Amino acid sequence: MEYLHTENVTFSYPADEGELAVPVLDGVSLDIQKGDFVALLGHNGSGKSTLAKHFNALLLPSGGTVYVDAIDTRDEKRIFEIRRQVGLVQQNPDNQLVASIVEEDVAFGPENIGVPSAEIRQRVDNALKAVDMYEYREHAPHKLSGGQKQRIAIAGIIAMEPNCIVLDEPTAMLDPRGRQEVLETIWKLNREKGITIVLITHYMEEAAMANRVVVMDHGKVLLDGTPRQVFSQVDLLKKHRLDVPQATELMDLLRKEGCPFPEDVLTVEECVDVLECLLKET
Amino acid sequence: MVRDVTLGQFLPGNSLMHRLDPRVKFVLVLSVIVFIFVAGNFVGLAVVAALVFAAMATSGVSIGRYFKSLKVILFVVLFTSILNLFYGGGEVLWEWGFLRITTGGIRNSIFIAVRIVVLIFASSVLTFTTSPTQLTDALERLMKPLKLIRVPVHEVAMMMTIALRFIPTLLEETDKIMNAQKARGADMESGGILQRVRSLVPVLVPLFVSSFRRAYDLAMAMECRCYNGGKGRTKMKVLHIAPVDIVVSCVTAAACAGVVLLRIFVTHPYL
Repeated sequence: MEYLHTENVTFSYPADEGELAVPVLDGVSLDIQKGDFVALLGHNGSGKSTLAKHFNALLLPSGGTVYVDAIDTRDEKRIFEIRRQVGLVQQNPDNQLVASIVEEDVAFGPENIGVPSAEIRQRVDNALKAVDMYEYREHAPHKLSGGQKQRIAIAGIIAMEPNCIVLDEPTAMLDPRGRQEVLETIWKLNREKGITIVLITHYMEEAAMANRVVVMDHGKVLLDGTPRQVFSQVDLLKKHRLDVPQATELMDLLRKEGCPFPEDVLTVEECVDVLECLLKET
Repeated sequence: MVRDVTLGQFLPGNSLMHRLDPRVKFVLVLSVIVFIFVAGNFVGLAVVAALVFAAMATSGVSIGRYFKSLKVILFVVLFTSILNLFYGGGEVLWEWGFLRITTGGIRNSIFIAVRIVVLIFASSVLTFTTSPTQLTDALERLMKPLKLIRVPVHEVAMMMTIALRFIPTLLEETDKIMNAQKARGADMESGGILQRVRSLVPVLVPLFVSSFRRAYDLAMAMECRCYNGGKGRTKMKVLHIAPVDIVVSCVTAAACAGVVLLRIFVTHPYL
């Protein structure tokens, strides 16, 4: 079985009396391998955040099953085993930090799972180094920038030594520089520590850096594949009110005007190369 | 402006006072405060004051800072000592109607003033050299015996920690909301007290709503990090009593014993 495995998961929030519960998730079956970097896309209300909360048993499926490392998330006795393995980072960095000193906040997770004191120190130092915030360990979080706070939140998860981190729009409230810092950190964790990443995002450029893109719509998986496969379907994505990376969109528009461009252009660099070739030919 | 808010008055450092175990420091300061009131005469008070001055000298904080902390309380000091001027017996020095200043009154007013000043200095040593987190940590451990009578000690400490963490965040947010309301023409600076209080409603309501959202988010973040109450929890920073804590405790205990003896044996009315 794959590391994260969902089988025909349905979920609906409890409805008010007399109203019909609208399913937020409507039969999601998904497999995510260990060490993979998956971007989860979808417009508001597509169910992507709800799905994310299923990965560490914050929500339990109304129907179907979710397995984390072959543990059923409905197994209440093993709930902390699951949460230790799969960390969740939320959108607002301010609302995730517990303590008024950076290193004490990072220590919160390991303290909860009863790690011996000396080892906590070690883990906190390593986690802060991994997100490049070690020199800020004695600072107060409210004096840091948004990107720095979000990296502290990530460090707090890393200190629990998880196998997987789910990030729910971690860059939505950050300025471009903060976004860059956080993305680089996520990328590094995936490459160097082999941590499985599930990145939920609105930014197509962020999704393009993943190994795999899953697009959700109305509680279902709409598209699933490599960024190139997914983003080449420009028309289908547009129909579902989703964007594609700017470079891909430009290529698509030019192609419709009759230029012989490939369909799988993702980055600005690739776009420049293609245009350069065209200009040289003419 | 509110971004620079400092919590408590903690001044980081590595002095003798900073290095004391926060539990020990807390208990010692508390007992010093008690003995400031036990001291019934100037000799006894001088002993406690000497102890407090020694603590101030080894706290690595400039004397100026300590006097600054007196500023806020200056009015109380003056008020109580002037009030005390008119009480007490002894020789009458000045009389006007029902007001009468006596030698005993002068002695009392000086005594009270010194008492309050020493009291403020003693508590300042604690707040200047102990971080809020250390303080809550110390309180949690000191109150541990109360668990026996079902006081939720861990939960109370956790609440204090979270409250301290969110004070600056909420202050910042208040500032933002006030600016947003001002930008829409809200008037918060003019009018009488009643009107000003009423003009705070459009600030407090959004602040309240957003606090609840924050609370919900934070609760979820804590759950994600395996929080399940104080059960089986360890601590990164373990407090332990070092030899220096014992020495400082002995010195304080000796001074306190001295205060008791001096109270019993020194009976001169003006001392």
